[in-house]
Amino acid sequence: MHHKTLAELSAGLAAGEFSSVELTRHFLERIRAHDERLNSFITVTEEQALAQAKAADARRAAGEAGPLTGIPLAHKDIFCTLDVRTSCGSRMLDNFVSPYDATVVERLADAGMVMLGKTNMDEFAMGSSNETSYYGPVRNPWDIERVPGGSSGGSAAAVAARLTPAATGTDTGGSIRQPAALTGITGLKPTYGRCSRWGMIAFASSLDQAGPMARTAEDCALLLSGMAGFDPRDSTSAERPVDDYLAALDRPLDGLKVGLVREFMAQDGLHSGVAAATEAVLDELKRQGAEVVEVSLPHAYLSVPAYYVVAPAECSSNLSRFDGVRFGHRCDDPKDLEDLYKRSRSEGFGAEVKRRILIGAYALSAGYYDAYYLKAQQVRQLIAQDFCAAFEQVDLIVSPTAPDVAFPLGAKTDDPVAMYLQDIYTIAVNLAGLPAISIPAPAADGLPTGFQMIGNHFDEARLLNVAHRIQQATDWHEQAPEGF
Amino acid sequence: MQWEVVIGLEIHTQLATRSKIFSGSSTAFGAEPNTQASLIDLGMPGTLPVLNRRAVEYAVRFAKAIGAELGERSVFARKNYFYPDLPKGYQISQFELPIVGRGQVEIVLEDGSVKTIGVTRAHLEEDAGKSLHEDFHGMTGIDLNRAGTPLLEIVSEPDMRSAKEAVAYARKIHQIVTWLGICDGNMQEGSFRCDANVSVRPLGEEKLGTRTELKNINSFRFLERAIDYEIGRQIDVLEDGGRIVQETRLYDAERDETRSMRSKEEANDYRYFPDPDLLPVVLDEAFIAEATRDMPELPDARRVRFQEQHGLSAYDANVLTATRAQADYYEVVVAVCGDAKLAANWVMGELAGALNKAGRSIEDCPVPAPALGGLLARILDDTISGKIAKQVFEAMWAGEGDADTVIEARGLRQITDSGAIEALVDEVIAANPQQVENYRNADPARRPKMIGFFVGQVMKKSQGKANPQQVNALLREKLGG
Amino acid sequence: MSLSSDDVHKIAHLARLAVSDEEAEALRRDLSNILDLVEQMGAVDTSAIEPMAHPLAMNQRLRPDEVTESDRRDLYLRNAPAAENGLFLVPRVIE
Repeated sequence: MHHKTLAELSAGLAAGEFSSVELTRHFLERIRAHDERLNSFITVTEEQALAQAKAADARRAAGEAGPLTGIPLAHKDIFCTLDVRTSCGSRMLDNFVSPYDATVVERLADAGMVMLGKTNMDEFAMGSSNETSYYGPVRNPWDIERVPGGSSGGSAAAVAARLTPAATGTDTGGSIRQPAALTGITGLKPTYGRCSRWGMIAFASSLDQAGPMARTAEDCALLLSGMAGFDPRDSTSAERPVDDYLAALDRPLDGLKVGLVREFMAQDGLHSGVAAATEAVLDELKRQGAEVVEVSLPHAYLSVPAYYVVAPAECSSNLSRFDGVRFGHRCDDPKDLEDLYKRSRSEGFGAEVKRRILIGAYALSAGYYDAYYLKAQQVRQLIAQDFCAAFEQVDLIVSPTAPDVAFPLGAKTDDPVAMYLQDIYTIAVNLAGLPAISIPAPAADGLPTGFQMIGNHFDEARLLNVAHRIQQATDWHEQAPEGF
Repeated sequence: MQWEVVIGLEIHTQLATRSKIFSGSSTAFGAEPNTQASLIDLGMPGTLPVLNRRAVEYAVRFAKAIGAELGERSVFARKNYFYPDLPKGYQISQFELPIVGRGQVEIVLEDGSVKTIGVTRAHLEEDAGKSLHEDFHGMTGIDLNRAGTPLLEIVSEPDMRSAKEAVAYARKIHQIVTWLGICDGNMQEGSFRCDANVSVRPLGEEKLGTRTELKNINSFRFLERAIDYEIGRQIDVLEDGGRIVQETRLYDAERDETRSMRSKEEANDYRYFPDPDLLPVVLDEAFIAEATRDMPELPDARRVRFQEQHGLSAYDANVLTATRAQADYYEVVVAVCGDAKLAANWVMGELAGALNKAGRSIEDCPVPAPALGGLLARILDDTISGKIAKQVFEAMWAGEGDADTVIEARGLRQITDSGAIEALVDEVIAANPQQVENYRNADPARRPKMIGFFVGQVMKKSQGKANPQQVNALLREKLGG
Repeated sequence: MSLSSDDVHKIAHLARLAVSDEEAEALRRDLSNILDLVEQMGAVDTSAIEPMAHPLAMNQRLRPDEVTESDRRDLYLRNAPAAENGLFLVPRVIE
């Protein structure tokens, strides 16, 4: 049952082959059996899941089921879930039981989906390897001595190991796409503003975006249809209708113009196996009638520097609310207010979070604002303009998702800058607010690789369409790790 | 040495919206702690702000009222600092691009002269919560009901040269915001709070002296006293060869002095940056037209109109337009009685005195404007004298009905029947032979003064109801000479 | 860009993080390296470039002035580390 895709499960439920309760029990059983090795869940919500599954079955019996009704999924622990601990991977929120649901959670629950639990993640989504979690690192099901990528590493590992048919993730600089690439699954980062940020604990507000993680593009299309849409509670939510992602899936690719990013292919540190995998996907695109050309993003090399000003600046401010006063960790016996703040925050946050808060506070402080923050905003503009120019020539921009395959646990933990360069191909997309998808490409060194496709604003339907066509013709996305 | 005082004010006005600036919580005053604090007001993880339309409309109204430039594109920024009553660790405010740009207001000084005070800017921001320092086992309690209440912070140019001017300016802003209905103006409840930046410099010096900031003053009287104290303190320090430290000082009303707030270890570094959760506010023509559609006639325009249309002095017109309610009241009285000057005298005299004595505002005056107009009409048509009118007014205040009812019930109608008046005059002449004798022998030039005695006697006999002009004329005729 | 450990302490105070002297030294190194990375931006002239604060060119939407929230204090205070009489408690604040 767990090898079925979300679309297949949806059909199975509709045909009465199994009930949602059976499906839910099956996945809960798998989590129990396998997650000790992976550590992909922080919280498993068995009781609520079974209650939701029962309700979904009742809804189906009443003839009111939709395509997502009764299908289990996992939420990244960055989404607030009513009456369920929402930790954001941090000691700071280890005791935080959310008093409300995030919009994305609410929408998927309204569609009848069943929440299995909350997945592990880098603390406050700050990391590219899932090693900064207070709850310990997540392991890659393809090789448990390797990282699954981050920050949505728990969601990626759980989907890859078939512990859940699908999961939500969030992507601030690559946090859906890079772990999707490193675990061999499909992950979509929608256009900024497509999914509501209400109830999604903010890391960098102008970059954060929720998205689906599943095994296929079709599954992502199904899930995104349930997640996306205007939300009046989010001022940055786009007030425009959601496209019919499913209807667009099968469109042929003749005449599609695809631009490979020249600078990304020339990047130092690009694994030759990853480069070869990218070529293999390009060949498939050509075979289906797409034209592949080179495009240039001349300022993309500055995306990591710009990101490491913008994201920390926003995070330093966003994380000020964690002060030990109204919720979250509070130190023992604070002797005065300053002691309360400093000890609560120092005990509650891990090293990477503190580094970013400090960098951000520094970049915004008097005398440095122009040199760092304003400069980064200007560079951001240049990067966005590069994409604009490229989209004058092509329909889609493509590249590897990450420069390398999954690396061993601990390999980069002592070198923040080396870790940051993991996101070298993904970060520019967030700075420009564009949608992008990572799909499995041929393995390198026996490990998954990812192929990234970037669309113009609100072009999710096209990304899903192209990804689906590739997946219809290849089996890269069907590879499963052994032992699960 | 001669010193010149330089004062600028920052006034926080709480906008009279129903809900908060970024959340749907009520802004009502006086609720149980934290019962009007929503997820957003509490800064819960994952929550986001959405801007209240009315707060923007009110800012637009204010801009129009002071002839200010409107920020076509204004931006919200985060002001970052830690304090327990600031739930998010930052205040959403405006920094580089405020909604209201440069404008100006006119103040009328005591000598009747008019001075223009520049308004540098006004920006929208959210209020903080409250710290309650009663003892909770040595802890402080935090109530976030007020957190997120919309404020319009109005920043003046350093154009004021005395505490009195500062108060006149503050009153002017108070008048405008209450007149527009964008702020209830309640200073006790903190709806209108003043911070004053005060410095002194040798007269003729161009460079500004070091300023101190006097925080959170909640009455005009304290504002004047705090500034006066601070001016004196600064001059004393400078004349003793000292130096003014730039700092924030609190006014202690009980001791009538300002004192330095516990000095912070380091200067604040608020790390302002554009709030990524909010987008630029863009005001188009249609929005501005809609926001200003029901704008009332503004106080200055009304003051000028009162002078021109009703022939009032600048002083009277200024007093009568102190509040919109007062000006409205006055205009109704004029419309009913038809005599602008008489109406002005009564509204500023008898009525103001009675309100003052009773500690009531004109909004809940027991004598409605049409009723006062009706009373004045009875003076003008000689039904009663001005003196009797005061008695009638008191009865009306006490709830005895309108002027005609009181006049009838108390039999206060003026006696104008010449036969009745003649009888009274005859009685008085007969009862005072000596005074009549004196009058007739007196120098004609002194007689007008002496006749007062007889008038007084006749009026006394008529219980004040005889028409004084008729009494005068009859007496002169009968006493002859 | 090389930060001093004094810089680190100053920023840490702004951000209300407690940093020991040993931590400050490690942070000083890490932050300096990150700033070196960041300073690659100096390679391009951006003097004529409009800063970009948002990825989408949208304007702020306005909400009607309506009270939509009711009292949910008990639920919202559930996560409070210290509360009494409906108030959040903190160590005494000296004004």
